[in-house]
Amino acid sequence: MTPRFEYAPAPESRSVVDIASSYGLFIGGEFVDPADGKSFKTINPATEEKLADVSEANAADVDKAVRAARRAYDRTWSRLSGAERGKYLFRIARIMAERAREFAVLETLDNGKPIKESRDVDVPTAAAHFFYHAGWADKLDYAGLGPNPRSLGVVGQVIPWNFPLLMLAWKIAPALATGNTVVLKPAETTPLTALLFADVCRQADLPPGVVNIVTGAGATGQALIEHPDIDKIAFTGSTGVGKSIARTIAGTRKRLSLELGGKAANIVFDDAPVDQAVEGIVNGIFFNQGHVCCAGSRLLVQESVADDVIHRLQRRLQTLRVGDPLDKNTDVGAINSAAQLARITELVKAGEAEGAQRWSPECTLPERGYWFAPTVFTGVSQSHRIAQEEIFGPVLSVLTFRTPDEAVAKANNTPYGLSAGIWTDKGSRILAIADRLRAGVVWANTFNRFDPTSPFGGYKESGYGREGGRQGLAAYLDTEGTH
Amino acid sequence: MLGVASLTNKALRTWLHGLPGVDQVGIEARAAALATRSIKTTSKSWAIDTAIGMIDLTTLEGADTPGKVRSLCAKAQLPDPSDLGTPQVAAVCVYGDMVGIAKEALGSSGIHVAAVATAFPSGRASLAVKLADTKDAVKAGADEIDMVIDRGAFLSGDYRLVFDQIAAVKEVCARPGDAPDAHLKVILETGELATYDNVRRASWLAMLAGADFIKTSTGKVQPAATMPVTLLMLEAVRDWRELTGEMVGVKPAGGIRTSKDALRYLVMVSEIAGDDWLSPDWFRFGASSLLTDLLLQRQKLRTGAYSGADYVTID
Repeated sequence: MTPRFEYAPAPESRSVVDIASSYGLFIGGEFVDPADGKSFKTINPATEEKLADVSEANAADVDKAVRAARRAYDRTWSRLSGAERGKYLFRIARIMAERAREFAVLETLDNGKPIKESRDVDVPTAAAHFFYHAGWADKLDYAGLGPNPRSLGVVGQVIPWNFPLLMLAWKIAPALATGNTVVLKPAETTPLTALLFADVCRQADLPPGVVNIVTGAGATGQALIEHPDIDKIAFTGSTGVGKSIARTIAGTRKRLSLELGGKAANIVFDDAPVDQAVEGIVNGIFFNQGHVCCAGSRLLVQESVADDVIHRLQRRLQTLRVGDPLDKNTDVGAINSAAQLARITELVKAGEAEGAQRWSPECTLPERGYWFAPTVFTGVSQSHRIAQEEIFGPVLSVLTFRTPDEAVAKANNTPYGLSAGIWTDKGSRILAIADRLRAGVVWANTFNRFDPTSPFGGYKESGYGREGGRQGLAAYLDTEGTH
Repeated sequence: MLGVASLTNKALRTWLHGLPGVDQVGIEARAAALATRSIKTTSKSWAIDTAIGMIDLTTLEGADTPGKVRSLCAKAQLPDPSDLGTPQVAAVCVYGDMVGIAKEALGSSGIHVAAVATAFPSGRASLAVKLADTKDAVKAGADEIDMVIDRGAFLSGDYRLVFDQIAAVKEVCARPGDAPDAHLKVILETGELATYDNVRRASWLAMLAGADFIKTSTGKVQPAATMPVTLLMLEAVRDWRELTGEMVGVKPAGGIRTSKDALRYLVMVSEIAGDDWLSPDWFRFGASSLLTDLLLQRQKLRTGAYSGADYVTID
């Protein structure tokens, strides 16, 4: 009788964070009630329990927030030296790091992602973005973006639910470092860490109005995008909404950067370091339940090693632990919302109907909450919907190729172009293939690695503009003196 | 195995160099990720007892005396006199000339005696001397032989020589009649092999030549056992079983001193090779001070309070 190494429950304590029963809008440095008193609830997707009531901002509230941001820009923020702005950003970064556990638990509760990811990835990377951009604040003249780069003014930012705090950091840190003020709308299913961040802004004595947070759904975002006194819109989310934003602001003076969907190819050559490639495949698609715009959702594996790679992948997936996101040993958490679960379910059904073979490891899913077992489709071809459409869930489509040319052709054969992965022991092949992939980020022998120093963004329908690095600063600066 | 014994050095090299490469960043990240598993309460208690039962309690000093070996054997049988329910260790590991003393001291306890042999730790001696060293220990009753590979030969590309020496030592581990053969543990001394690709090749070479166990280190060279190296060797035995149906054991040795470390290794065994390896027959810790910390943690779980070093016997 073989012993079994059962891991006893190891839950992170949720008592480290205080969740208020209701939240106002963060405008002009304080929490205020919405004009028409409307609110909506945010829930824990792992249990469906209500966490808090959150205000729903209408056009009047958005106007109030934009005015607060404009006032802060004119009177304070644009007059501060870069060094002074940098001090505030360093302070915010340090407070985020000090309150990391609070942020991690809250993110996991509101989003459904495993605590080990919010603890080890989301929160530290978010703090790192503030540290990184704090350093740029007084060095913009030397960023290689022209002799006298100028801030734009008031920036409207709309972010998604998959990395609520991290996307906030990607948006707010560069905007503030470059001297802009911000009105940010978090996603309606995951507003809580943004509201905790508002508390951090107060704790850091950030001048009122520099950061404003308006919660709400699509209508709130639309009001923000349409507001005439916004100088720039930054959006991360679906390609459909991104296109609609581009149409809305066409003909206005507003600038726009978009970070949209993806259908990344993760290409495994026959000489790949196979055990690490399997880890990269797992990390590429099951990290954050596959709710990742740059997820490696299409595995392109060389046909000569496909059976071996799939066998190793399936064996590995049997050790993935799906369940309570607050348990420190959980690898895959809950799907963020009922709507997203329905979308994943629909596409998986389409995959089966179109003839691909569906496989999942044995796992018991909790009864309450939104869950989807890690899923692998083999026998997928380019014409299948699951090879074309972004599923945004823990579902991998496996395709094969015969030659490097065929791998490149298949990888590029998508309207998206956000990211890609290459697995091979041959350095020359990495360089040659990366050169030919039409994707904003190409990872070699790794996947889903994020660093504030590295620019991130898409080709084609994955958007335009870059976030992070020196290139990311340009999205928030007038570098031509024409503004 | 696989007809390799009849192959030339060149063929052996081609085969070993055809194994998939190892990405250093990736394997180290995987080991670090497994180290974040949180082992609490009942699983911690189970894991501590399992780890104690997997220890090769080791003394390999020039200053070893019969008295030192006897007291080590006493601790092996009764690790914690304050709790007779504490499991025994798997084996006592000594130099060849101490095998008789250890055998006598351990009597019918069931605890194995492992002897290091083949000009341990350097392995720099002729094959004849290595075989004589091994025969001596086998004759004195060693249940297990921990041999070292010829790292010089390996690094110079003479895989065939390494293979032949392992196979020759394996032969002299055999006992006539019904007497059980000594189990052969092959020490790769991964700290001297330096690269992960070399560790993978050496693991496969040792298994091809008939190793019952592959072992990381002598404990005399730094770095000794590390998590990524052990992870790689666990992948090797896992893949070997898929290829041949045979199980080979793994023994990290040297540098594993705390219960936390031991539990991390057990997590690796479970998630990389599989729970079949969670037995002293297939996984061992080569360690001297690890037992003390495991006993302290065990007392803590039993009584709810930390005691201190003076509440665990030193040998």
